Amino acid sequence: MSIESAKSKDFISEDPGGSSLWKDAWIRLRANRLATISLYFFIFISLLTILGPEILTSSYEDQDLNNTFAPPGKESLFGTDNLGRDLFARVLHGGRISLAVGFLATAVSLLIGVAYGMTSGYLGGKMDALMMRVVDILYSLPFTIFVILLMVLFGRNFILLFIAIGAVEWLTMARITRGQTLSLKQAEFIEAARALGYSHSRVLFRHILPNLLGPVIVYATLTVPAVMLLEAVLSFLGLGVQAPMSSWGSLIKEGSEKMEIAPWLIFFPGLFFSLTLLALNFLGDGLRDALDPKAAKD
Amino acid sequence: MEFLEINKLKTYFHTRSGTVRAVDDVSFSIEKGEIVGVVGESGSGKSVTCHSILGLLPQPPASIEGGSVKFGKQELLKLPKHALRSLRGKKISMVFQDPMSCLNPFMTILDQVAEPLIIHENLSQQEAERQALEMMEKVGIRDAAKRAGSFPHEFSGGMRQRVMIAMALVTKPDLLLADEPTTALDVTIQAKILQILKSLRKELGVSVLFITHDLGVVAEIADRIVVMYRGKVVEQGRVTDIFKNPKHPYVKGLLACRPTLDCKYHTLPTVDDFLETKENDDGTIEVYENPEVEKRLRKLESAITSKSDSFSETNKNLLEVSDLKVYFRSSKGLLGAVKEEVQAVNGIDLTIQKGKTVGLVGESGCGKTTAGRAILHLIRPTEGTVLYDGKSLGALTKEALLEYRKKMQIIFQDPYASLNPRLTIEQALTEPMIVHQIGKDRSSRRDMVVNLLEEVGLTSEHLLRYPHEFSGGQRQRICVARALAVEPEFIVCDECVSAMDVSVQAQVLNLLRELQQKRQLTYLFISHDLSVVKFISDEVVVMHAGKIVESGTAQEVYANPREDYTKDLISSIPSPYNLGK
Amino acid sequence: MVKFIVVRILQAIPTLFVIATLTFFMTRLAPGGPFDSEKNIPAEIKEKLEAHFGLEKPLHEQYFLYLGNLLQGDLGPSFKYMGWEVSELIAKAFPVSAQLGLFSLLIALVLGLPAGVVAALRKNSAYDYCLMTTAMLGICLPTFVMGPLLILLFSSWLGWLPPLGWYSFADMILPSLTLGLFYGAYIARLTRAGMLETLNQDYIRTARAKGASPIRVVLRHAIKGGLLPVVTFLGPAFAGLISGSFIIESIFFIPGLGRFFVTAAFNRDYTMVLGTVLFYACLIIILNLVVDLIQASLDPKSREP
Repeated sequence: MSIESAKSKDFISEDPGGSSLWKDAWIRLRANRLATISLYFFIFISLLTILGPEILTSSYEDQDLNNTFAPPGKESLFGTDNLGRDLFARVLHGGRISLAVGFLATAVSLLIGVAYGMTSGYLGGKMDALMMRVVDILYSLPFTIFVILLMVLFGRNFILLFIAIGAVEWLTMARITRGQTLSLKQAEFIEAARALGYSHSRVLFRHILPNLLGPVIVYATLTVPAVMLLEAVLSFLGLGVQAPMSSWGSLIKEGSEKMEIAPWLIFFPGLFFSLTLLALNFLGDGLRDALDPKAAKD
Repeated sequence: MEFLEINKLKTYFHTRSGTVRAVDDVSFSIEKGEIVGVVGESGSGKSVTCHSILGLLPQPPASIEGGSVKFGKQELLKLPKHALRSLRGKKISMVFQDPMSCLNPFMTILDQVAEPLIIHENLSQQEAERQALEMMEKVGIRDAAKRAGSFPHEFSGGMRQRVMIAMALVTKPDLLLADEPTTALDVTIQAKILQILKSLRKELGVSVLFITHDLGVVAEIADRIVVMYRGKVVEQGRVTDIFKNPKHPYVKGLLACRPTLDCKYHTLPTVDDFLETKENDDGTIEVYENPEVEKRLRKLESAITSKSDSFSETNKNLLEVSDLKVYFRSSKGLLGAVKEEVQAVNGIDLTIQKGKTVGLVGESGCGKTTAGRAILHLIRPTEGTVLYDGKSLGALTKEALLEYRKKMQIIFQDPYASLNPRLTIEQALTEPMIVHQIGKDRSSRRDMVVNLLEEVGLTSEHLLRYPHEFSGGQRQRICVARALAVEPEFIVCDECVSAMDVSVQAQVLNLLRELQQKRQLTYLFISHDLSVVKFISDEVVVMHAGKIVESGTAQEVYANPREDYTKDLISSIPSPYNLGK
Repeated sequence: MVKFIVVRILQAIPTLFVIATLTFFMTRLAPGGPFDSEKNIPAEIKEKLEAHFGLEKPLHEQYFLYLGNLLQGDLGPSFKYMGWEVSELIAKAFPVSAQLGLFSLLIALVLGLPAGVVAALRKNSAYDYCLMTTAMLGICLPTFVMGPLLILLFSSWLGWLPPLGWYSFADMILPSLTLGLFYGAYIARLTRAGMLETLNQDYIRTARAKGASPIRVVLRHAIKGGLLPVVTFLGPAFAGLISGSFIIESIFFIPGLGRFFVTAAFNRDYTMVLGTVLFYACLIIILNLVVDLIQASLDPKSREP
């Protein structure tokens, strides 16, 4: 064994390095055309809704009562509504709200769900049984109904909306995380970690967390559209954001009331909403295939 | 008369990363009533050959590129789909490796065994069930009538494999293709299944193509052997000829690298001692005999004599286990009121001397793995004490136990699962050093990691790679290196070579031996494989149903087993030396 | 089996209790009361009304009174629909919602199951891509977009079907279709995934090795395992059909339970809200139980405790 020859550090740093599972997954994702297009489309929509309202000359709340129900055209790209407000500006602004709700509520559910699920799975035994029993009970609550009730009773409050939606969505996240944690806990590399005397926090954060992230990311990607849908349902029932603010859900509601006079009022918000959901779902599917541990093994 | 004739069969897999020549120009034949064993390590193409015969490979990615498979007068590769289907399960049947996943969990045993009759012979349900029950009795399922309504998960592994065999033979086929049918089973059950196959061959006159990685099994059951290596047949012939007088260097190596009960080597020869391979640009490989083979074998033989004097100085007890018990309580029903207790380890006593290897053998479910974990206090023992160097591990505080974690390590069975897939090799090996404050800074730790890698036969090139970029044998080396990173004195090897091909197994066993001598390590070697245990151990302990049945020095136990259970175990080991019995 | 059902029903009791308590205090803690909005009611009449419904009593007393009545199966009178008992209102509105839900489920299953099975069997073929892209579109066109679009197309422009109401069979077509398409798309995707998973199992290879024909492989061997995830989904789906129908009922002006509930919540009709929530909860619990029983009958492994 010639140790000297191999020990020089230059040699080591020149090593191109292995390809981590994340890198492999990214390559697989890029090979999936639908998912890649969806990713770019989603980035495009996000930039449009974030930057668009800042650049546009017409604001989402500017009324022009001389120019109501104008059909799409040069003046206003998507037409105007009953108060002469520019629909394009309103759709972009609505997208901001819808996407913000989607992402923030998903983040809330992600944090609660992952923390709860990991704790439950890692502790195991009686504590796990108890914590999962709580989730089971919450699962059997008619949650959509509670969210509606909450919104009706306490008024249309933006923060309440996050809490309510996050509260519904964290349950599945917790279950997924807990299942992953339980099976990872059985894995021999976790046992090896315990045999090497690693602390609990090291095992949890360095060995378990990175390995359960895959399914969690996939589920989170699919949660965003689910949350946006729920927000839209609430807005549609008149329980979401308040006028003159708009979300895609509330725009669709307004549009559906006036669609016989001005079909574009439902068409454009509906199109944006559906395309975004489509992109997110395709992206989620692509991520699932890319991160699939079965495919990643060898 | 040739009954099945495979001629120049080529089955390739076209994948995104290139073409894999899984079966490349394979020819052999089976005569009526003959049992032919196809032997090879993983990736040798033996299963693919078998699946190609019946057209069971998913195409794509597989594609049969050439050759012929003649069954009687029919050319199977050119048969239309429906004609091939009417042969499957009627004239040619198949038995697979894993009887759990290969039986339909949603159908009763009886329905599944009777199904081939219903498909092929147009029998009434009643008649089919009657014949199915008859066949189930024949393969040794007692009370078949009573148990036939059960589902696969209610049967044990051995019973499931009997069901598979009954299902394959119920239509009295001419040819049985058995793909590793006993690999997932314990030795004693394996012996019984082999017995059943042999007696049914006589009774029904069925030919058998028996695929296995285990040379012992094939010697036990086959009339002729076909040895495959990387998609090609390297040698075929009668069992006795091949075992006594192998011609191809690969076959010589394969036969030599198995630790058998009468293995004389101290360090096992490996396949690499016998042959050299050269990969051509077009993906084909060429095999040469290693010119130095004689020299290397002589060197190994000369090392035999030195075996006894290397450890003789110490006989200090490093580990004393007394009355160790581990019970698992599983609560069932409402509020956990009904409790079921599993006595996994039920009072074992064990002493391990410093620098020695104690082998712990037993069949699956005997509690050997649990015992190993409990000794390391990875599982809290229900009762009993473990003294390490005179200190009781149970009495230690968490912090004090951490010190002992450094001294005691464990290597697991599945090298795929025992490395965190998200960490590079360097990260994986440095981490224990950081936790135990070994090495002063990053670069000194890196040097230590490089040394460790070289000690286990890897190089510094591997530092930044991830586990999935290595083969199974290399991963196990990494696991060994990780265990060594904390400079332990005592290592539990839990089935650590069980999942490996014999050629890789030999390398890992040699590595363990070498390290033991170099570092004065003490091993507890847990395995179900009696031959491997015999090879590596100084003392052997046999476990059955949570208890120790027999213990003694390796020589003693194997030469003169006292207990019936041990005798049964040893006589169940398939080996070519039972030939002619 | 019987024990399993009894245990599940016993387990449901604390759940229902939690729901009742939560809803009770949620409604009472929220600002506003049932008789606040009608400004023309003189103060003394309002007081009398509140006294009539026991609203002047301390909160905990009201709570225990409500629970007491609940134990006797009495959901109390509606605050808004004078002279109506909550149970009567539910009995009137629920059949409408149930009808809608069942119709939609039927449409969803009839469209979704075959589509999923075909897509799985012809994996990566043109059929597969077409069916699955359609299914994805179905999921991404939520009911409140699809509903108005269908109305626009079939009643406003083509004039074939009535846009609103719930009187004749023709009225049922559009709402059931709207809901059914959405859930059908979901079921198609689940079926495909489930079937693919099952078709990859080793025991399917065994069946092929036995010489079973492709049809037999699917019908005898693959379908049970492949449909298990769909069955699991049906419980929450049915519950979703009911809560999804909040939207459908408000788009198509259908006098179902969903609309009653939303109106009741807006009106602070405490007893009506509580009654409906509890009713929904019971429904979900029963549906989940039924799903578990179906699952047990399909999967022999889950039969053991």
